Amino acid sequence: MKVKIKVWRQASANAKGAFKTYDVDGILPEMSLLETLDVLNEQLTKAGEDPVAFDSDCREGICGACGLMVDGMAHGPRRKCTSCELRMRHFGDGAMITVEPFRARAFPVVKDLVVDRSAFDRIIAAGGYTSVNAGSAPDANSILVPKDVAEKAMDSAACIGCGACVAACPNASASLFVGAKITQFSLLPQGQAERDRRALRMVAQMDKEGFGNCSNHAECEAACPKGISISNIANMRREYMHAGRVYEEHAGGGGAG
Amino acid sequence: MIKTADESILNAQIPDGPIESKWSNHKSNIKLVSPANKRKYTVIVVGTGLAGGAAAASLGELGYNVLNFCIQDTPRRAHSVAAQGGINAAKNYQNDGDSVWRLFYDTVKGGDFRAREANVYRLAELSANIIDQCAAQGVPFAREYGGTLANRSFGGAQVSRTFYARGQTGQQLLLGCYSSLMRQVDAGTVKMFPRREMLDLVVIDGRARGIVCRNLISGAIESYAADAVVLATGGYATAFFLSTNAVNSNATAIWRCHKKGALFANPCYTQIHPTCIPLAGESQSKLTLMSESLRNDGRVWVPKAKGDKRPPSQIPEDERDYYLERIYPAFGNLVPRDIASRAAKRMCDTGHGVGNTGYAVYLDFADAIKRLGVDTVRDRYGNLFDMYDEITGESPYKLPMRIYPAPHYTMGGLWVDYNLMSTIPGLHVLGEANFSDHGANRLGASALMQGLADGYFVIPYTLGHYLADSKVLNNKVTTDHPAFQESVRAITEQTKRLVGAKGKHTVREYHWKLGRILWDHVGMARNAKGLEQAIRDIRALREEFWKDVHVGGSDQEFNKNLEFAGRVADFMELGELMALDAWHRNESCGGHFREEYQTPEGEAKRDDQNFCYVGAWQWTDNASEPVLHKEDLEFDYVHLAQRSYK
Repeated sequence: MKVKIKVWRQASANAKGAFKTYDVDGILPEMSLLETLDVLNEQLTKAGEDPVAFDSDCREGICGACGLMVDGMAHGPRRKCTSCELRMRHFGDGAMITVEPFRARAFPVVKDLVVDRSAFDRIIAAGGYTSVNAGSAPDANSILVPKDVAEKAMDSAACIGCGACVAACPNASASLFVGAKITQFSLLPQGQAERDRRALRMVAQMDKEGFGNCSNHAECEAACPKGISISNIANMRREYMHAGRVYEEHAGGGGAG
Repeated sequence: MIKTADESILNAQIPDGPIESKWSNHKSNIKLVSPANKRKYTVIVVGTGLAGGAAAASLGELGYNVLNFCIQDTPRRAHSVAAQGGINAAKNYQNDGDSVWRLFYDTVKGGDFRAREANVYRLAELSANIIDQCAAQGVPFAREYGGTLANRSFGGAQVSRTFYARGQTGQQLLLGCYSSLMRQVDAGTVKMFPRREMLDLVVIDGRARGIVCRNLISGAIESYAADAVVLATGGYATAFFLSTNAVNSNATAIWRCHKKGALFANPCYTQIHPTCIPLAGESQSKLTLMSESLRNDGRVWVPKAKGDKRPPSQIPEDERDYYLERIYPAFGNLVPRDIASRAAKRMCDTGHGVGNTGYAVYLDFADAIKRLGVDTVRDRYGNLFDMYDEITGESPYKLPMRIYPAPHYTMGGLWVDYNLMSTIPGLHVLGEANFSDHGANRLGASALMQGLADGYFVIPYTLGHYLADSKVLNNKVTTDHPAFQESVRAITEQTKRLVGAKGKHTVREYHWKLGRILWDHVGMARNAKGLEQAIRDIRALREEFWKDVHVGGSDQEFNKNLEFAGRVADFMELGELMALDAWHRNESCGGHFREEYQTPEGEAKRDDQNFCYVGAWQWTDNASEPVLHKEDLEFDYVHLAQRSYK
């Protein structure tokens, strides 16, 4: 196969970027899009040009490092598929493939296709955990979790933190990412102790990072490589409203002196 | 041809007493750092996978001042994330006869009697605590209807002791660990340094006192001083270029520590995982693992007739050879990894392989679907089947999978004592980066267990002992020390030399060539002649690399070629050591299979008389002349015997 790759080139965070188009030959249908970029980079390196920078690690759809806008879609046209899993057989011979970085104010470009997603870490640090120190846990079977609840929690926990939901959203909202983590813990008995604090703090941090709000476009669900449902966002809102009420009550009750 | 130290410097520091009480006695006897003093100590942790992330979080919880580094953009992407199958623990929740003893026994035997008994026993002992910790973190493990935890059996075990979260156990355990880590970041005890690559260890007065790393975005060379360094940077399977590891996985941190004096143990013990998607073409960047759990219900077979090119559906039952079930009736498809991998290689080498290249065997789910129904099979393996379908374009619900072995894990690594400290005082090494618990072959679902045991439950105790015992607090160092400046100078010189190299070949081309040499001669089966060839070829390739590599770009920017160039330069040295270690070990054991040493049935034949030791190599400023130190292994509890899975 022979394809044209139209790719976003930007030397650094503050440099001005532009599209550049390259021809890449000798592509096999079973190769992935990222392997095609590898071939392009070998070509560029040998020609003394700067290779295209992009993030990638596991190349099997689980680490969440890769994240490209492919033909205008986060992770490309395939459903439930990361950029690294996207095979060239889904593009025709001679196709022109447009590759851009994820775009959102909260994800500034580092170089070419690489963006800074550290906002996600700060959101998790705000409350995406249970406060349990190593050594203090009770026997695992002393916490019973019904099978269907565990399965639902797992559906939410499957998030790989790639940021496709943000990139796909017209508002650049991180609601699916935040909603999935809040939902995972809200379902599980282990998450109950800090349920309200978690919802308030994570949502506050999301706003602080400059992500937009959710207006139910549902583009995030369509782009999510793990198929995480927007019902997680509805649940986040319930958790947030409930938490707000509880905290008001506490505030009115006064301290323990 | 090899130099052996007159007197081995290795002292494993194994505590006295019966094996069941070694760890608890040791914990009672080692020194403590008082709560008020902990914050005065700075500890560097390199790596954020299960071992590094768990260590950083736990040390932060204790109150130490932790600096945690990783090459990824966030700690959540460390390669532990890709582990699929599960994590072992001797909980005996299934009432099927499991115990700490059995897990210990299975691991020593599975490692083909080349691991240290005391370490393995401690690992089995701690396994139960790990599950408790992870469940409390909210890891959504698979459950039974009544809400208790579910288990499955896994390669090489006759009990069901493996805990799992669909086919994403590594991801879920890592996210649990990451959440604890982020909690400490919020609490201010841990400071994260993502997109940093450790390029040197700074040793002052014989102790590890800091690291020098490259900021992968700006290119700046940065120095960090500390009172101890904990390394958890994973294994070196990417030396083979094509492996199941992530493309950025590398051995640079452990190799640079080796060059600063840390002995490297058993580099030839590499694990070739039996169930991976076969290679499709030369531009392929990595191989994809299909979880070993598939062997619980999938049946491995090849056509009985050589060169049978019929599609699998047209090969009748009596013309199929379910060779694992035939050769190993007691364990069948669940034999340990090294045995399953070699059997697949034998089948393909003798002309029974399938697929375009003839280097694949079938893993068939037709019987499982008949017996359990398609829904149950989807429930158990759905995401793996989808992944296979996405990559190959074939549905395992309709056609048998084609699989072939691929480099996956490395049992060798930096030598550590019982306290997980290397031969450089203050440098501790955890997880896959050390050599300690798996001997010559790792059993399935044991890597996650070891990483977390080391990070959550071993290092929090043994590091405190080192800090208190060494009195490093009386001798604080800063990055102004000349040792840091010398290190920065050397690193800068190397990066300048690499970016300045304007040869004809790319880094990737060299890595590919090195991988080819290692796979052909230091892979699933080795022999003296091939290993000698490999050593010559690697030396020549290394020389050519420094003359003719082309890196390009600048060292003052985000430069992937430069990152890879440094890693490949290290693999070129490590690769030679892997071959030399394999050459010197005149026996077969676990993942190290020397063709000259096999039983009449083609199984690994150990030589306990001469090789019942850990081979740890000392760097000598000449990559081709390391010095061998031996740690003799004693088996007081699990008696030396030939492994049998028949």
